[in-house]
Amino acid sequence: MNRFAELLDRLVLTPSRNGKLTLLTDYFRSVEDPDRGLALAAITGDLSIAAVKPAMLRALVIERMDPVLFGYSCDYVGDLAETVSLVWPQPAGHIPNDHPTLAEVVGKLQAASRSDGPKVLARLLDDASISARFAIIKLVTGGLRIGVSARLAKQALADLGKVDVAEIEELWHGLTPPYTELFAWLEGKADKPRSAALALFRPVMLSNAVDDGDLEKLDHADYAAEWKWDGIRVQAVCEGGVRRLYSRTGDDVSGAFPDLAAAMNFEAALDGELLVGDPREATGTFSDLQQRLNRKSVSPKIQQQYPAFMRCYDALQIDGEDLRALPFAVRRKRLEAFVKTLDPGRFDLSPLVAFPDWEALERLRQAPPHPIIEGVMLKRWDSPYLAGRPKGPWFKWKRDPHTIDAVLMYAQRGHGKRSSFYSDYTFGVWSGPVGAEELVPVGKAYFGFTDEELREIDKYVRDNTIERFGPVRSVRADRENGLVLEVAFEGLNRSTRHKSGVAMRFPRISRLRWDKPAAEADRIETLQALLDG
Amino acid sequence: MFNAMRASDLLKSRPEGLYCPPGDFFIDPVRSVERALITHGHSDHARSGHRSVLATQETLDIMGLRYGEDFAGTTQAALLGETTDINGVAITFHPAGHVLGSAQICVERNGLRIVASGDYKRQKDATCLPFEPIRCDVFITEATFGLPVFRHPPDHEEIARVLKSAAQFPERSHLIGAYALGKAQRVMRLLRDAGYDRPIYIHGALAKLSDYYQSQGVDLGSLEPATVESGAKADFTGAIVIGPPSAFADRWARRFPDPISCFASGWMRIRQRAKQGGVELPLIISDHADWDELIITIKETGAQEIWVTHGREEALVRWCELEGIAARPLHLVGYEDEGD
Repeated sequence: MNRFAELLDRLVLTPSRNGKLTLLTDYFRSVEDPDRGLALAAITGDLSIAAVKPAMLRALVIERMDPVLFGYSCDYVGDLAETVSLVWPQPAGHIPNDHPTLAEVVGKLQAASRSDGPKVLARLLDDASISARFAIIKLVTGGLRIGVSARLAKQALADLGKVDVAEIEELWHGLTPPYTELFAWLEGKADKPRSAALALFRPVMLSNAVDDGDLEKLDHADYAAEWKWDGIRVQAVCEGGVRRLYSRTGDDVSGAFPDLAAAMNFEAALDGELLVGDPREATGTFSDLQQRLNRKSVSPKIQQQYPAFMRCYDALQIDGEDLRALPFAVRRKRLEAFVKTLDPGRFDLSPLVAFPDWEALERLRQAPPHPIIEGVMLKRWDSPYLAGRPKGPWFKWKRDPHTIDAVLMYAQRGHGKRSSFYSDYTFGVWSGPVGAEELVPVGKAYFGFTDEELREIDKYVRDNTIERFGPVRSVRADRENGLVLEVAFEGLNRSTRHKSGVAMRFPRISRLRWDKPAAEADRIETLQALLDG
Repeated sequence: MFNAMRASDLLKSRPEGLYCPPGDFFIDPVRSVERALITHGHSDHARSGHRSVLATQETLDIMGLRYGEDFAGTTQAALLGETTDINGVAITFHPAGHVLGSAQICVERNGLRIVASGDYKRQKDATCLPFEPIRCDVFITEATFGLPVFRHPPDHEEIARVLKSAAQFPERSHLIGAYALGKAQRVMRLLRDAGYDRPIYIHGALAKLSDYYQSQGVDLGSLEPATVESGAKADFTGAIVIGPPSAFADRWARRFPDPISCFASGWMRIRQRAKQGGVELPLIISDHADWDELIITIKETGAQEIWVTHGREEALVRWCELEGIAARPLHLVGYEDEGD
């Protein structure tokens, strides 16, 4: 338990991806079964333990200590789980059980009935160290919130076994905690687990971005082109009555799209884009799609207002036949015939785009016929469906990003190599009436600049600081003074969480405009027009 | 029988600090005064410019290093456990376990004894003498970590985490933020006790005080300046570097390869504190008493009355009420826990 608690403590404060991977692989390497598998399940959200409500946790503490002192403590710390882990009084004369293992803790929690749950929890807290108490409370209150995605955990497993992460993703849904056979394979002690489970995820084929000069070397006749839809890449798999909708990284998202899942009454594995609207009439924008994302439950009203459908790109399997080794041209024919048999309100075909040469395609790319198209995809007619991101067969050619001139408002210190640099920038644009303009923050970016530019901005920040809040500096920014940043971004969403009402997608610094006076930076109306467009 | 004198006639707070009217002296005054008694060398307790100063020899030495030899008109070294008379008030210094030279000051007159403990801790610390509980009528305690959430773990466990991290990330350097007086030397000593025998690189601000500790018999092993002249970036690969916390936000830190920022402080108990400060590896190592140490110390002094100063007074006062001990906050201004 203590090793798991220590892992959580480190992960939550480690910002870098590589650092997190090292911590995870070291943990998986040094901890034995079944603890490591249970830890993995806790991180990927696959561990089921009956939840304990915060009110009950509070009641358990109040039975054991002065409520006034507990109140002072909670006010100071701000987080209930953390406060309880710190103030929990060890019963007088109690000798803690010699460091319970994660498996013991999970076993006791899973075996507890509804009525003796609180007592079991209290007993576990009596036996645990402060960090372990925090970990136990996090397990029972749900949501570790340590900044580690299931995908990252799978990458750590791949690193541990020196295998491709696609192999882990493909196996994942056929495995259950504590994943003993998975670890045995990764450590070379057993064969790769074979799964009899149905409707497993197939690793997705990804594309590379078109770089300058790439196209000149390619013959356009070798490639099919299709629109790149700006929704969510999904894989719909139905096998022997099991239906699953997977995200690009193999997370099962069926629960969030029950309307689409209900229409998955076929025997196949299809690759496509999840969008909202009715494909026969109109495709919704990204803002519409957002109404369906990151929700725990989807009300019938929302399902009706923003129905989900799938625009199909590829067929990996149809009626039990694996098509992945066939050329794209053949798979495409099979897909076209197959999609005709599906519910037309929930499935349609992503159309191919005919083009006589690269110049013609370039014109289409720059002026796509629908706002939710973010560019074109190029797929070699003869390409098999390969896991991962092979170089050559598939390319994505995005429309040029939007850019805006914004003024630097706040800068925050980075981490690791950047820990002495102000490297995370919040920038704003002008709003309000002429003569009384104010900067309103519209986004935050921490890449896009060179190391040399980073040094220059850092110096600027240090020389123009007007206020400090911990690692953040407020930078002088008014009509006469300020550093203008050209910010590139992929799109804009409406946001109720930001004062400006907009949130940028993939913002990055594209140029430093030392030459441009702050007063000439863009106004919020420029962004609003983009939103409405 | 005469009534014993009232405690507030023996010591009371004034804008300059804690004042003893019959003895006509201040304890840890924050402004220049005629006569000052000083508990320890942290700059919020030990200021320069007093006419005369009574403190332990180590505290006087430390003040001299920090402010220059003429930091006070006259100085007198207090010997631990030996009583001095000042205008009919008996003064005795006792070790406080906070930093090298730190002392509690016991003030006694007409059978009334008040102990001003200054800053103190109860965890063992190889760089200074351990705290001695003194029986008294009134005990003046700090409350820097005066909330039940502050429970300091054993310091050797914290140091073990640095060494584990250094083994996990051999390509990076570990930068430990630690205050220049006391904490920095304690961290060095703990590293040595854990068997770490490579040179420890230190920021220039730590050099004088660390040399002084070594001269007083505290073995800190090989310390090398973390200057660019002493090596290129690659030479700091895998190194442990100690500096004042402020230096890590500074350009100074750029000479180290992909540093992991660590901070040795009792405040690191609270995750959000670590997060806000950009600390990746918090080390809960404190030179102040934690909640459990505060309450055990109050009990051991047997004091009937507790005066609580700098920190979270209200929780400790509440605890005393629940225990049936008279307690009140002593509103002294100007102390900023430099030591943690």
